[in-house]
Amino acid sequence: MIEEKFDAIVIGAGMAGNAAAYTMASRGLKVLQLERGEYPGSKNVQGGILYADMLEKIIPNFREEAPLERHLVEQRFWMMTDRSHTGLQYRSDDFNEESPNRYTIIRSQFDRWFNKEAQAKGTIVIAETTVTQLVSDAYGKVIGVATDRRGGTIFADVVVIAEGVNGLLGSRAGLRETPKADHVALAVKEMHFLPRETIDARFNLHGDEGVVIEAAGTISKGMTGMGFIYTNKESISVGMGCLVSDFAGTTETPYGLLEAFKKHPSVAPLLEGSEVKEYAAHLIPEGGYKTIPELFGDGWVVVGDAAQLNNAIHREGSNLAMTSGRFAGEAIFQLKTRREPMTKQNLALYKKLLDESFVMKDLKKYKDMPALLHTQAKNYFLAYPKLMSNAMENFLRVDGTPKIDKEKASIRAFVKERNWTGLFGDAVRLARAWR
Amino acid sequence: MKILVCIKQVPDSAQIRVHPVTNTIMRQGVPTIINPYDLFSLEEALKIRDKFGGEVTVLTMGPPMASEALRKALAIGADRAILLTDRSFAGSDTLATTYALSQAIRKIEKVYGDQDIVFAGKQTIDGDTAQVGPGVAKRLNILQLTYVSKIESCDPEKREIILERRAEGGVQVLKTKLPCLITMLEGSNEVRRGTIDDSLRAARAQIVTWSAKDAEIADLTKCGLKGSPTIVKKVFAPTPRTDRAKLIEPGKTAGDTAEAMIGAIFARSASLEEDMTKLASGF
Repeated sequence: MIEEKFDAIVIGAGMAGNAAAYTMASRGLKVLQLERGEYPGSKNVQGGILYADMLEKIIPNFREEAPLERHLVEQRFWMMTDRSHTGLQYRSDDFNEESPNRYTIIRSQFDRWFNKEAQAKGTIVIAETTVTQLVSDAYGKVIGVATDRRGGTIFADVVVIAEGVNGLLGSRAGLRETPKADHVALAVKEMHFLPRETIDARFNLHGDEGVVIEAAGTISKGMTGMGFIYTNKESISVGMGCLVSDFAGTTETPYGLLEAFKKHPSVAPLLEGSEVKEYAAHLIPEGGYKTIPELFGDGWVVVGDAAQLNNAIHREGSNLAMTSGRFAGEAIFQLKTRREPMTKQNLALYKKLLDESFVMKDLKKYKDMPALLHTQAKNYFLAYPKLMSNAMENFLRVDGTPKIDKEKASIRAFVKERNWTGLFGDAVRLARAWR
Repeated sequence: MKILVCIKQVPDSAQIRVHPVTNTIMRQGVPTIINPYDLFSLEEALKIRDKFGGEVTVLTMGPPMASEALRKALAIGADRAILLTDRSFAGSDTLATTYALSQAIRKIEKVYGDQDIVFAGKQTIDGDTAQVGPGVAKRLNILQLTYVSKIESCDPEKREIILERRAEGGVQVLKTKLPCLITMLEGSNEVRRGTIDDSLRAARAQIVTWSAKDAEIADLTKCGLKGSPTIVKKVFAPTPRTDRAKLIEPGKTAGDTAEAMIGAIFARSASLEEDMTKLASGF
């Protein structure tokens, strides 16, 4: 039996948990953080891209210490068919600023650093410990947690649930539903090691500059999903993810898709000669606004992936996690200073902070997007990339056909595939979901 | 009972990577662990403490970050942790390490009382010498019991311990006087998971940190690189084997297959054929 009581217990040491722990501990709260992995970061997986702004709001001078890989100066979007890609490429020297906006990171190293910062502010961290149960009093208020170690319940005024996408604890406690197959994507990723100079040369980079490639199209075999290529200092992260429900309906495997993506004529030369050192898989919450569970209750709040806070369209997960962790910490700190109890009514402050921020505004903006891309997957991921590729090839290949005939042929191909109503409908639906 | 356990922080060999370009070991970002063999000794120490009372002190020599290993030992259940760290220890081989450790143990006995048993790991997974435990015993002039598979009984009154030791050709059952130094065999016990209380205590514990001066180490010329006669001539990554496995097609009879196999073996090693023929002719 543990006699002492904490102001807050944070479950999990990912982006959301670390942000919450750091926010509370740096304001003088007595915080205990529990992590099931061998060390904070050991189980954490992401592509991964870090958005500076959201971390700056927590640790303003993070650039001095944090293990960052490369800052991003170039973004490529690829619409892929089996033999081609139609690309949109944006590169700007403006991204070579004093305080860059986006970085590639390796989560196991980054999270370990982030957690050390939270520890330096006074957070007590216990790793290799799994929380098995939220402990409630007779009135249903969460008053602490039980773990897989002997020693009974650890008590706290409030529990911050930052357990990640699987949400086992939350589901078990009846605070949320178990994640549905069409609300989560399964992403697999490999780390390909190459000498720094080789990466610099292949991607046209200097110093710590980096590139992101995001790709969609036939590589996902008609499923809702995408591939990605991120440059790190001495490695390239290559991954592929699709909705779990889509996988369930096919015989495709995540690693099968990744293998095909790596062999694609546009991708293979970038990876040639590399050595694969790590393989990871992870679930990503993709359900968007409509699948966000209850975010707070008597004695608890839920943050990050566990709260389905992920913007699938902009591929922003970790910054929503960090921001939600910060707001949860902020709200708890405010209640604590006002000596108010951690009731459901009072903890609504956390939701209020989220609602007023970009987190909920962005998720609301795209609330119809996941459903649209899901139901129309065959069109958006198979038909259009192929049509686009054929139109481009038609446009570029010089073979004596009059140009007017070429244009007509391209338009005919679009109409034949989707007909005029279909094309119009797809455009309207996409515009509506985007708005 | 006062029990001391010597541990070492080592890189987790399961997660170590060789740099694909330079062929050097990439230590950066590789998690460190307590040398796995040390954990069996720590567990045995805790078992004796739980039975007879007393305290378990863990001692390590290493860089400041080795305090993480000590914290883990506290989380498993040790009572006290001491980190011996000093620039003058850098580059120690096993001879210099045993000197520094034995001097520190003398100091521990001065501060915290005489130790009844000193435990050490059988060997480390990074150095693999299995010299430090026996070396410490020799320098402390106490009995050493290596490769112990079981502690049969311990009598703090009579100051006696009976244990089983794995030796070539069998198991020795030995009775000896305390104090002594013991290294435990892997798998001889099941290492416990500390309680939540242990974890909290470990997270908050102040690790006692001693420099060479704090530990009252008399002769600094016996420490670190200066005190280490071992010379590392070369470090290299093992090259992948180029030998290919050879498939021998089965013959008409089992005898034919065996003959083909033996033929293939002897074709590669003429001396083996010679030796075996000589041996066979003796029968």
